[in-house]
Amino acid sequence: MRANEYVVRTKDLVKEYTMGDQTLKALNGVNLDVFKGEYISIMGPSGSGKSTLFNAIGGLDKPSSGSVFINDVDMAQLDAQELAYLRCHTIGYIFQTFNLIPVMTALENVTLPTVFAGMSTDDGIERGIELLNLVGLGERLHHKPSELSGGQQQRVAIARSLANNPSIILADEPTGNLDLNTGKEIIELLKRLNREQGVTIISATHDLKMLDVSDRIVWIRDGRIAKIEDRKDIDIRIGEMEGQGELH
Amino acid sequence: MSAESNTAEKGRAGLRRQIKLPMSKAIEIAFKSIKIRFWRSVITAAGIFLGIAFFTSVRMSGEFSMIQRKVIEAKRDAIAAGTLKPTPNDIRQVNSLATDQADAKAAEMRLKWLSIMALIVCTVGIANSMLMSVTERYKEIGTMKCLGALDGLVVKLFFIEASFLGFFSSVIGFVLGWLVISLIRLATDGVEVFGLAFWIASVKLLGLSVLVGTVLTFIATILPAMRAAQMPPAAALRVEI
Repeated sequence: MRANEYVVRTKDLVKEYTMGDQTLKALNGVNLDVFKGEYISIMGPSGSGKSTLFNAIGGLDKPSSGSVFINDVDMAQLDAQELAYLRCHTIGYIFQTFNLIPVMTALENVTLPTVFAGMSTDDGIERGIELLNLVGLGERLHHKPSELSGGQQQRVAIARSLANNPSIILADEPTGNLDLNTGKEIIELLKRLNREQGVTIISATHDLKMLDVSDRIVWIRDGRIAKIEDRKDIDIRIGEMEGQGELH
Repeated sequence: MSAESNTAEKGRAGLRRQIKLPMSKAIEIAFKSIKIRFWRSVITAAGIFLGIAFFTSVRMSGEFSMIQRKVIEAKRDAIAAGTLKPTPNDIRQVNSLATDQADAKAAEMRLKWLSIMALIVCTVGIANSMLMSVTERYKEIGTMKCLGALDGLVVKLFFIEASFLGFFSSVIGFVLGWLVISLIRLATDGVEVFGLAFWIASVKLLGLSVLVGTVLTFIATILPAMRAAQMPPAAALRVEI
């Protein structure tokens, strides 16, 4: 595999939090390589360091030591402007709590990243409508988040994450606040985008429904990678896993 | 556009500088932001304009006392020079001027004290409402940064919002305070204090009130906005109100 086939690489990633006089290692030496176009799930119980890894890969928080490379660029070397550029153009974010701007309509939310990217208003609106159609919300362009269901809000967030054609979508528990069926729909949507648009998807989750669509599953425990599995290796076990998934 | 062609062009060299948001667009966003949360903005503005109205009314009533003194002093001089035929009311006023010399000093001190108090109340009121309105938007700031906004951009948006809110609320606050005190004086003292000195004092106070209101709003907004903008986005997103 040539080096530029990796879209994300982390090297000895460590993140420490200080709580009183105790130091907690949320990440303790994580080495992870993500291939271009992959759908990867980071699985683990809450408190295992999933979200911390998500924040580090997305450049939302600085690791205590180690490096994150996005398209072979060391994120620690970037200044504030370059980091903003990276967040704007290369990475799309999806959150458990959707994080839409409450006072803006669906269309305005989706258009906002294009504004930051310097796109003209008309082009931005055109792009926004196209994306909302893509996620199946073409009829709800002018609804505020409060007028949309959780699943619809997450669709808006997915459309927003795609606004500037990112090569990576980072999703932090994207189905965490959704019921079973809505969660399934969101996972299918993400998989479709992964297949059709070739966007790499990295999703932190403890939703076992995710296993079905992932190319690889990274199991995290106590801030370390416990194991990395290819989907083809665990296909047999999915039946029994899904039983547990329903209980969530 | 496929993700593949994107990835290739976005190497280290390809990380172009973030395009600056044009001022017109920033103003558009800031105004939209005030408009969309109109009632929240009105309440925030109320914090500012009530503070400024209080400040203005205290200062203005001080100005009136001074103007009135000047008017009576002028009358006294005119009577002494024999150019004014005094009415009984004039005589009463001039007499009170002589006996109230000590009282006037005390009144002036009291007024100074009141002005300072008014300024403190107004500062706290403005700081409180602006701090609240920025703090409840930490998450929004974090989200914007995830979407690629630079720190400076976030601060710029809040700067435009604060300047606008501060300026207009201060003007409204001034008009309110000024009108109330002027009407009361008009009812109690009649038209004789509404001379040139009154208008000069009014214009000066308009300038002072608007300056105080705008600067205080500005400081109370920009400091927390800067703090939020400089946080790593993950930290700003974690803040729960």
